[in-house]
Amino acid sequence: MIYLDNAATTLRKPPQVAAAVAEAITSMGNASRGAHDASLSASRTVYEARCLTAELLGCPRPDHVIFTCNATEALNIAIGGLFAPGDHIISTDLEHNSVLRPLYRLEREQGVAVDFVPADRRGCVDYGDFDRLLRPETRAVVCTHASNLTGNMLDLARLGRFAREHGLLLVADCSQTAGAVPIDMGALGVDVLCFTGHKGLMGPQGTGGLCIRPGVEIRPWKVGGSGVQSYSCTQPEEYPTRLEAGTHNGHGLAGLAAAERFLLEEGVDRIHEKETALARRFYEGVRAIPGVTVYGDHGAPDRAAIVSLNLWDRDSGEISDALAEEYGIATRPGAHCAPRMHQALGTVEQGAVRFSFSYYNTDAEADEAIRAVRTLAEETAPQGA
Amino acid sequence: MREKKMMLVVTFHTTADAMAMEKVCKRDQVPGRLIPVPRAISAGCGLAWSAPPENEEQICQAMARVGLEPEELHRCLV
Repeated sequence: MIYLDNAATTLRKPPQVAAAVAEAITSMGNASRGAHDASLSASRTVYEARCLTAELLGCPRPDHVIFTCNATEALNIAIGGLFAPGDHIISTDLEHNSVLRPLYRLEREQGVAVDFVPADRRGCVDYGDFDRLLRPETRAVVCTHASNLTGNMLDLARLGRFAREHGLLLVADCSQTAGAVPIDMGALGVDVLCFTGHKGLMGPQGTGGLCIRPGVEIRPWKVGGSGVQSYSCTQPEEYPTRLEAGTHNGHGLAGLAAAERFLLEEGVDRIHEKETALARRFYEGVRAIPGVTVYGDHGAPDRAAIVSLNLWDRDSGEISDALAEEYGIATRPGAHCAPRMHQALGTVEQGAVRFSFSYYNTDAEADEAIRAVRTLAEETAPQGA
Repeated sequence: MREKKMMLVVTFHTTADAMAMEKVCKRDQVPGRLIPVPRAISAGCGLAWSAPPENEEQICQAMARVGLEPEELHRCLV
């Protein structure tokens, strides 16, 4: 199989990830739940994962790295724990449902107002719209770093400056970029950075989290066992315990730590360069094929390694299925949990076929995908085309 | 059971702080080890750093180097 669905999850991981999970699941106790060797081993592993995550993403303090089971949980914690009735939030059309649905819920249940910066037919925003949507009660910009559909990136440094200038928080969904694009949350001016462990970070599913700038206060949505202050009726105030009730996914975090060590050794800038070169190679190979429509801004200076396209007016699910069944190429069709992005692109009915590349893909695989797209475009061409 | 000794016991707000303590002490060869918080200090649970009392200055310097704020410093039989 040629696996080009890395925006959903990276299938191939550094071999040390599986080894670390196997070692952990046969040796680790419960982190923060005792001082015997097995528990301490788990506590050390979780803490090491905090340190490595902080180093990779530019979080100023390891104890402000909060682990969750995925980016969706992290985004729910951030979006659900920062705002009050009457607040206003600016978001964008590029967002995934993991941002949209928590925002819609705030609107519905908490009296928080949300406006969305529109995207054009290329999936791009006009940054002037952030100024135009600003209100006296605006508290934050909540946005993705890169669209999971087009691969278009938002300029977080620019939005960080905008946020500082107007006293807003910047909450960034880095699901598509953590581990795949160099990120320094301090330099970018990001206040809360949400990430998943199983995509660009190349760790196990069931890992993710949020990095919080010191001074940003998020209310916990879940409370419970913490391993400390057990006779207190309330969740401990201090990060990370404030937001981490219950047992960690220690086995998964052992794998995440192994993946992060690999990323730091390889260099995220090098990984980003290779992934975007593969996506660029694929894009250049398919863009001029008759019947192919490619979405997104491929002239942008920086992008995530994603190329989404359609053939003629064919159902994206049908094309993705043909790629899998006839060519052994794994892609993702449909809506990609990005309804506003599809509305902006005009692809609500058709969906789109998403090809997404990882560090482990090769030029030969990209070329094979180009050949498959060309053949399928020829085979599905309407008569007379 | 071994006989108890008077020790310096440092408590922390979070397990993450306790792990940071262990990391810096290992790195800088500062004596001590993590233990369950003794009942004499707190009825809750959690981890504390236990070390010979004569190492207090060395321990405080290690915490200061990494900006680690302890909850409390105690002397008790451990």
